Amino acid sequence: MNRQEYDLIVVGAGHAGCEAAAAAANLGSKVLLITMNMGTIAQMSCNPAMGGVAKGQIVREIDALGGYSGIITDKTMIQFRMLNRSKGPAMWSPRAQSDRWLFSSEWRLALEQTDNLDFWQDMVKEILVKDQRVYGVKTGIGIEFYSKSVILTNGTFLNGIIHIGQKQLGGGRMGEAASFGITEQLVSLGFESGRMKTGTPPRVDGRSLNWEAMEEQKGDEKPDKFSYTDTQALSKQRSCYITYTNSKVHETLKEGFDDSPMYTGRIQGLGPRYCPSIEDKINRFAERERHQIFVEPEGWNTVEVYVNGFSTSLPEAIQQKALRQIPGFENAKMFRPGYAIEYDFFQPTQLKTTLETHLIENLYFAGQINGTTGYEEAAAQGIMAGINAHLKINEKEPFIIDRSEGYIGVLIDDLINKGTEEPYRMFTSRAEYRILLRQDNADIRLTEKSHRIGLASDLRLKNVQEKIKQTQTIIDAFHKTSITPMEVNTMLESKETPTIPQNYKLFQLISRPQLHIHDFQGLPSADPILTGTREDAKLQAEILMKYDGYIEKEKEMADKMQKLEHIRLHSEFNYQSLPSLSKESREKLSKLKPATLGQASRISGVSPADISVLLVHFGR
Amino acid sequence: MSIFAPMYQYKPEDTIAALATANGVAAIGVIRVSGPNTYAILDEVFYGKTPSEQQSHTVHFGRIHDELKELDEVLLTLFKGSRSYTGQDTIEISCHGSPYIQERILELLIKKGCRMASPGEFTLRAFLNGKLDLSQAEAVADMIAADSEGALKTALYQMKGGFGQEISALRSELIDFASLIELELDFSEEDVEFANRDQLVELIHKILKATDRLIESFRFGNVLKNGYATVIAGKPNAGKSTLLNALLNEERAIVSDVAGTTRDTVEEAIQLNGVLFRFIDTAGIRHDAESEIEKIGIGRALEKIKSSALVMYLFDASSESLETVQQEIDKMDLGDARLILVANKTDKASEEQGSALAEREDIVRISAKDKSIAPLVTALNKLASEANLGSSGSTVSNIRHLEALTQTKDALEAALKGIDLGLSGDLLAEDIRRAIHHLGDITGEITPDDLLGNIFGKFCIGK
Repeated sequence: MNRQEYDLIVVGAGHAGCEAAAAAANLGSKVLLITMNMGTIAQMSCNPAMGGVAKGQIVREIDALGGYSGIITDKTMIQFRMLNRSKGPAMWSPRAQSDRWLFSSEWRLALEQTDNLDFWQDMVKEILVKDQRVYGVKTGIGIEFYSKSVILTNGTFLNGIIHIGQKQLGGGRMGEAASFGITEQLVSLGFESGRMKTGTPPRVDGRSLNWEAMEEQKGDEKPDKFSYTDTQALSKQRSCYITYTNSKVHETLKEGFDDSPMYTGRIQGLGPRYCPSIEDKINRFAERERHQIFVEPEGWNTVEVYVNGFSTSLPEAIQQKALRQIPGFENAKMFRPGYAIEYDFFQPTQLKTTLETHLIENLYFAGQINGTTGYEEAAAQGIMAGINAHLKINEKEPFIIDRSEGYIGVLIDDLINKGTEEPYRMFTSRAEYRILLRQDNADIRLTEKSHRIGLASDLRLKNVQEKIKQTQTIIDAFHKTSITPMEVNTMLESKETPTIPQNYKLFQLISRPQLHIHDFQGLPSADPILTGTREDAKLQAEILMKYDGYIEKEKEMADKMQKLEHIRLHSEFNYQSLPSLSKESREKLSKLKPATLGQASRISGVSPADISVLLVHFGR
Repeated sequence: MSIFAPMYQYKPEDTIAALATANGVAAIGVIRVSGPNTYAILDEVFYGKTPSEQQSHTVHFGRIHDELKELDEVLLTLFKGSRSYTGQDTIEISCHGSPYIQERILELLIKKGCRMASPGEFTLRAFLNGKLDLSQAEAVADMIAADSEGALKTALYQMKGGFGQEISALRSELIDFASLIELELDFSEEDVEFANRDQLVELIHKILKATDRLIESFRFGNVLKNGYATVIAGKPNAGKSTLLNALLNEERAIVSDVAGTTRDTVEEAIQLNGVLFRFIDTAGIRHDAESEIEKIGIGRALEKIKSSALVMYLFDASSESLETVQQEIDKMDLGDARLILVANKTDKASEEQGSALAEREDIVRISAKDKSIAPLVTALNKLASEANLGSSGSTVSNIRHLEALTQTKDALEAALKGIDLGLSGDLLAEDIRRAIHHLGDITGEITPDDLLGNIFGKFCIGK
C-alpha cells in the first residue's frame, strides 16, 4: 500500500466526522475519512430524529455555515414539527423524524459527491506523533496514512462496553465492534480520559402494537424544513404516537433492579441527568405514577419503531414483560432490547476554542469523545473542527463563533471552559442571549461569516442578503405607513384586540400579541408592502418589530459582555506568578489557557475577584 | 472597579506603607506596612524582638532606629501571611501621634524599600486576595469616609457581608423561579408541570417588596453617608444664615442685615446626636427680586427644596403672619421633602403672635440670633429617628448597589406586566434573567449552570 499524503484525516464517520470531512474538503483540503464500517456512515444510533428545542437551532446554524446536516434531514424526514409555536420566536424549534436508513445513505451519497474526499474502511489504532505534533494515523491492519492534521470523532467506540442486565459485551454500538488502543495512547501522551454512559430503548415491531390505544401525534399541517437552501418540504408525513407507563410497569421494572448494571455498580460512567433510563426515572421520582413514552416510526416503510422514553439496561426478559404492560404494547414483539453503553471520553477542557488539543498540535477532537451527546451537538463540533483544521493548515485566522452569535459558540465555549461531568446536551437556557439565537435568523447570523472563509456558497450569501434587504424594506414601510380605523378595525375586532380611534402607524399595531404580519395582507395600505415579498422576510420583519425591546436589551447586554471578550490573554502567561489568584484559579488557568478574559470568567473555580486581578494585571 | 479610582498598576510584589490614622497631632498614630518584604524591613529597623521570628497576631514593644538614631518607641502588631487584612504579610506600627515622627518613620521605611501606598491600596489588595467581596470592599471605603455613627453601623454591617447575604437570598429565590420557567421551555415536549403563574406572581411580589425596601433604604443609607439633606428656606431676612451659623457654631454663611445677601446656596454638614445633617442655606425667596443674580439664586433655592429630604421653613415671627407663611408654603413644590415650620425672632414677636404660635404644636420656636435653637435640634433628631429604619436589616448606601437594585426592580416589574399580558415563557425568562444578572452585579455572577443544576435536582425530565 502506498503511503498517502493528506491535509486532514478524519477518524470516524458519525455526525461529527461527516461534517468535519465535508467542511474541510469543501474548503479545499485533501481529506481522508476513515471509518470502521462504510455501511454505517452517519448512523442514527439513538432515536431517528433531528432537531428539537435548542438542537433544531443548531441544525439551522450548521446549515447556515454550509454544512450538510440540514439538507440531509430535509431529504430524509418523514415528519416535521415546529415545536413551541405558541411561545416566543426564540423558542420555536424545528424537529424532524427521519428515515434512519435513508438518512445514512443520503449522507454517504453526499460525501461521495464531495471533491477532495477519500474513504478508507479500517480501525485506527494509533495516531502518529512527533515533537508534540500529529502527522498521521496507523490502522488496525498496519497501514500508515500521513497528514498535516487529524480529527478524532470516535463517538462511543473507545473501549465501548454494552450492558444488558448482567451481560456485558464489547462494542461501540449493538452489533458493532469497539475500538481499542487510542485511549491508552492518548493517556500516555498526557491526556486525561474519563468514562461516560448513555443508553437506548428497545426497538419493537410496529405490527404488534395496538395504535388505537395510543394518542396520535401528527406532523405540522404546513410543514417547514431545516435548510435555508431550496430543499423540499414534506407533502405527506408519518405520525408518532404517545402512551404512558403505569404503576404495574414500574413494579415489573423493579423486579429487575437486582440485575441492573446501574445499581449493581457495574457501570462506572456518568449518565445524563436529563435523559435518564426508565429505571432511573422510577427510582429518582418515585412519586410519579406515569412517564410519557413517544412511539416513533424508524422510516417510511419499515415496521420497526423506536420506544422513546424507555431507555433501559435491565435484562431483556424484564424489558419485554414491562413493555407489554404499557397501553398499546400488550402484544409487543421486541426487535432488539435496550442497552446501556459505557465509553471513554476526554475532558474537553483540554481543547482550544478551535477544538485543537493544547497538548498535541494539529490534533482535534469532535463529538462524543468530548463528552457531548446528540447528533446535532456532534455535527456542530465536527464542522467547526473541520473548518479550523483547514484554516490552521493554511495559516489563516481561526474561525470562532461567539456566545452571542450562535448556539455552536455557546456549546464550544461551555465545553472548553467548564468541561462536563455528564453527557453535555444543549438547552436554550445555556444561552445567555437566547432571544438573539433564533432558528429563523441563523443564516443572518452566520452565513456571511462562513462565506468570508469560503465555505458558505455565493448562492447562500445572495439568498440571505436578499432576505435581509426585504426584511428591512418591510420594517421601514411599516414605520412610515399609516392605516385608517375604517380600513383596519374590522380585522382588529375579529382578532379580539381593541380598535383604533385614529390613524395608526402599522408598526404600532404589529406589536400587539394578537396580531401577525399575515393579518395585514389584503388591507389596502399594507398589501403593497407585503405582496411579492418572501415569507421568511415577512416573518423576520414581524419578529424584529414585535420583540424589538427584548432584542435590543440582549444586544446591549452582549455588547457589555464583549468588553471582557476582547481582552486577550497570553496562552503562555505564567499564572503561578500571580500569588493573588486563588490556588484553584491558578491551576485552572494554567491548564485551560483561556484565550480571552471573557473565557476565563466562565471557567468554574475562577471567581469574580480573580477576574478583577487579571483585569488589573492585563490592563483595564 | 470605580471604587479604586485611580486605577493603579497592581504590583503585589511591592511592599507598601502608609499612615493608617488621620493626619495631625494625636496621642498615637498607626503606620501600616504590607507586602512580601514587610518582615525583612522591620527586622532591620526595629530594635526589640526580631519580628520575623515572632508569632502572628502578637504585639511587641521596641524602638525604631534609623541607623544609630532612635526615632520613636513603638508597638508592633504582627499579621503573618494570609491571616491579615490584605492577605499579605502585614505589620502595624503604633507610634506617637506626631506628624514629624510619623513622617520620619515613613521616610525610613521607604529608604529601606517600601513604597508609599496609594489611596485605598490596602483594601485593593484585600479585595484582590479574596479577603473581601466587592460590596465588602466598597463598605470599607465607605467606613473610612464615614462621618457619623449611623454611617459606620451601615458600613460595618455591609462589611460583615450582611447586605451580600440578603441579596444572595433574594437571588436564589429568583433562580428557583427562573428554573421553573426554563423547565417548561427546554422540556416543553415532555410531561412536565407548568410553572404556576399565580405562585410566580406571588414570588415576584415578595421579592419586589424586599428590593423596594432596600431601594427605600438608600435614602436613609445615603443620609447616613452624606447627611440628611435639609434645606433652610424662607423669605429674605428671615434669619436663615444666622440659623445656619447657630447650628454650625461658626460664621459660615455671609450674614448681613441687607435682604438678599445669600445669593447662592451654602452647604454645611453637622452631626447632631450621631446623625449627620447636611444643611443647605438658600437664597431668600421673594417674588419681586430685581437683580438677575438674585433670581438665579431663588431658582436654585426652589430646586434644592424639591430634591431635599427635609425643608425647614423659617419665618420672622416679628413681622410675618401665619396666614402669609401658609400662602408662601402653598406656593412651594416640596417634592418628597418633609417640612418643619420654624418661627424665628420669637423674642421680638408680639404677644398676640406669641400666643398664636404657642397653639401650633407643629411650629418650632427659636431665636437664632441668641443661639437659642434647642427646640429645633430636638425636632430634627425626632424626625431623623423616625426616618431611621432601625439598626437591623440592610441599608443600601452605595449608588452602584442602588442602580443594580433599581434595574432588578425594573426587570421584575416587566416580568409582572408580561405575566399579566400572557407573554410567553421565553420573554418572561428574559426579564427574570435580567433581574438575576443585576442582583449578581452586587455580589458575584450567576451562570446558567445554576439554573440547570436546579432543574435536574428537582424535576423528573428526559425522554
